[in-house]
Amino acid sequence: MHWWLPPQGSTFAPQIDWMFTAILIITGITFVGVELGLLWFIFAYRERPGRKAYFTHGNTSAEIIWTAIPAVTMVILGLMSNGLWVKIKGRNSVPANAYPIGVHAKQFEWWFTYPGPDGKLGRVSPALVSKTTNPTGLDPDDPASHDDIVVRNQLHVPVGRPVVAYLTAEDVIHSFYVPEFRVRQDVVPGMEIRSWFEATVPGTYELGCSQLCGLGHYKMRAQVFVHTQEDFDAWMQQRAAQAKGGATP
Amino acid sequence: MTTVAATAHATHAHHDDRSFIQKYIFSTDHKIIGIQFLFLSLFFLMVGGLLAMQIRWQLAFPGKPMPGGGILPETMAPGGVLLPEYYLQLVTMHGTFMVFFAIMLLLVGVYANFLIPLKIGAHDMAFPRVNMASFWSAFASGIVMLMSLFVPEGSSRAGWTMYVPLSARHDYSGAEFGQEMWSISIILFGLSSILGSLNYITTVINNRAVGMTWFRMPLSVWALFITAILGLLAVPVLAGAAIMLLFEQVLGTHFFDPTAGGQPILWQHLFWFFGHPEVYILILPAMGMTSELIANGSRKPIFGYHSMVFAIAGIAFLGWIVWGHHMFVSGMNPTLGSSFMVSTLLIAVPSAIKVFNWMGTMWRGNLRFHVPMLHGVAFVAMFTIGGLSGIFMAATPVDMFIHDTYFIVAHLHYVLFGGSLFAIFGAIVFWYPKMFGRMMNETWGKIHFWLTFIFYNGTFFPMHIIGMAGHMRRLYDPTIYDFLKPMQPMNQFISICAFLLYGSQIIFFVNFWWSMFKGKKAPLNPWDDNGLEWTTPSPAPHGNWDTLPTVYRGPYEFSVPGMSEDYLPQNRKLPTDREPVMTPAAGH
Repeated sequence: MHWWLPPQGSTFAPQIDWMFTAILIITGITFVGVELGLLWFIFAYRERPGRKAYFTHGNTSAEIIWTAIPAVTMVILGLMSNGLWVKIKGRNSVPANAYPIGVHAKQFEWWFTYPGPDGKLGRVSPALVSKTTNPTGLDPDDPASHDDIVVRNQLHVPVGRPVVAYLTAEDVIHSFYVPEFRVRQDVVPGMEIRSWFEATVPGTYELGCSQLCGLGHYKMRAQVFVHTQEDFDAWMQQRAAQAKGGATP
Repeated sequence: MTTVAATAHATHAHHDDRSFIQKYIFSTDHKIIGIQFLFLSLFFLMVGGLLAMQIRWQLAFPGKPMPGGGILPETMAPGGVLLPEYYLQLVTMHGTFMVFFAIMLLLVGVYANFLIPLKIGAHDMAFPRVNMASFWSAFASGIVMLMSLFVPEGSSRAGWTMYVPLSARHDYSGAEFGQEMWSISIILFGLSSILGSLNYITTVINNRAVGMTWFRMPLSVWALFITAILGLLAVPVLAGAAIMLLFEQVLGTHFFDPTAGGQPILWQHLFWFFGHPEVYILILPAMGMTSELIANGSRKPIFGYHSMVFAIAGIAFLGWIVWGHHMFVSGMNPTLGSSFMVSTLLIAVPSAIKVFNWMGTMWRGNLRFHVPMLHGVAFVAMFTIGGLSGIFMAATPVDMFIHDTYFIVAHLHYVLFGGSLFAIFGAIVFWYPKMFGRMMNETWGKIHFWLTFIFYNGTFFPMHIIGMAGHMRRLYDPTIYDFLKPMQPMNQFISICAFLLYGSQIIFFVNFWWSMFKGKKAPLNPWDDNGLEWTTPSPAPHGNWDTLPTVYRGPYEFSVPGMSEDYLPQNRKLPTDREPVMTPAAGH
């Protein structure tokens, strides 16, 4: 049994965990204060014969204090969260050197498109999707698509390099979720959504669909391999050779 | 009691020469309609709980035959083993039944109907026939929703949030009639809710007794009044969205269909534009009633009555501009996420005011721990947890991680069960004598409270922990994932607590029905309360009062110095009280 957040696997993870912990401390103090206060009142002011309750309709200064403290805390929390949010999701947050990977979700599988030697993803179009020959709808008229490599249910990323996922869905809404990366992004049909992250620890992880997408939702799962740059290049070459040889995954 | 009833009969315009059907079935009496809503919503509470037990069985013991599952048809659970398609129906229908037909009807259907006229000193609702129509459309809506479980392919499988395109097309979800029946049922439900809200608002504005000024109104009435306004603004959007969804399903429109230029996210905006005010519709009346229970149990005036009223209004207003916090990771513009985060965090302020003022009410009180008070204090303790855990999701970067995990499931159950349902249990016990003229059994009430409190926390608190560890919602079989496998013992612990929690409710149901016939006869004012409802016999006659009471003070004058009793009813005239000025509105 795991009693804390999952292991940290991306640059976002320590930052989000820090935020989580900060909120946990603030709410934890409030929680303990309120519950202990309640227990104290329950014990100290229980009904006893001959006692009469203290008659009061309130106390304005006390109320101003306990209105102001949460208000100030919430404003500070909001500012801190927003700083991090802009770093993760802001309009200009995706680093310029990010490695692009196409992520195409459909009931109930994940398809990943790697840019190949030219480093560019080919255009995709929902109209070109074909279950057998073109699962992600790559456009053959786009020269950038010719060397693209398409892999089912396996996400391979290099460690220490920002990766930007271009998320598309074929049928219903899915959600791209890797707990160790602390990344979650819904994948919506009719939209191309960018989501970036930078893996920090080589290893194997699980990617799950976290938005109810139908009968097979619970098994819409892919593996994530975080490689060192050399291993990643080697894997890529091997895949490129396979693709030339006509072998499909 | 007999004399009062006899005079009422002799002099009041509402002669009780109605037939049985007029009196108990197609009744226009707000009290009977409230009780009809009570039976209907308790039925759905029971059914919704039964569905939850099956969900918990599958999560704890995936693929094992469920005890008693053999009675389910082959299309749901062959040999007692739940099918994925049935599991998704369970998840969808549990949410739908509980949100719409259990909690919303229990709070708004039951208590707005039953309490508003009795607490403001009115003969009945402003529009008694509209009120009856509201109940019967809710009834029809509930029947349609319940029947959808038994049509071919079963009920909707798209989750209670009904996200499109999954909910709109048969080839995506695998359910056709069930999906359409969900939309039809929700349209009928919307009608019921709109009719009810109109009525509650009108009644509170027009039908208050002489002297019942706005700031002498009990907080439960304030909460129900503001909830009705919120409902009137939010529910038509849901009904409209459900009509669009039905058109999408049966007429082939493309509002939400991206292949024809529609927008799936549009549904989410419409749904949550209703759905978030809905969350407050499900908690504000509970807060109002908790205020009654705590003031009565503490024998003290509510601490900061005015700020309690403004906090209700503040929560309602903010609750109306935060719907986007359900959509931080939906693909909505992230900048919009920032603004929704700010409005969401701000809700913590009025919520904190309420919690601290309840504590202020208990401070230096003379606490009577009758069963309603126990539930009221539990509401404060549990709502605090649910409110605080909401701050995690309000912070956008943290939400990116915990969205759609069990952390959310824990949060929403701490608000809706730990909050709303505890207040509802307290309210049922508190106003039971008013409804049925008898008291519920105190000892069994306390046993039910403690068992519920313990197993409730055993069920939902560990969900925070598995949610933090990344456990997703709505998974038919979590053991598919390697990282979720080690959480199986915790899932089993949760399920066992859940079974015991459901089992504990049998005590409540037995107590509820037994007391109706065998309970101790209720005195006129069993809780030594100040509310107007305790100035008429229990159960109150048709028309409530022969002569309407006059109000001289607010509802929470407990332990007034110099008085021999520790309560002072709103309608008792002291020598120092001046006769209130008759307002035209009060002269109905």
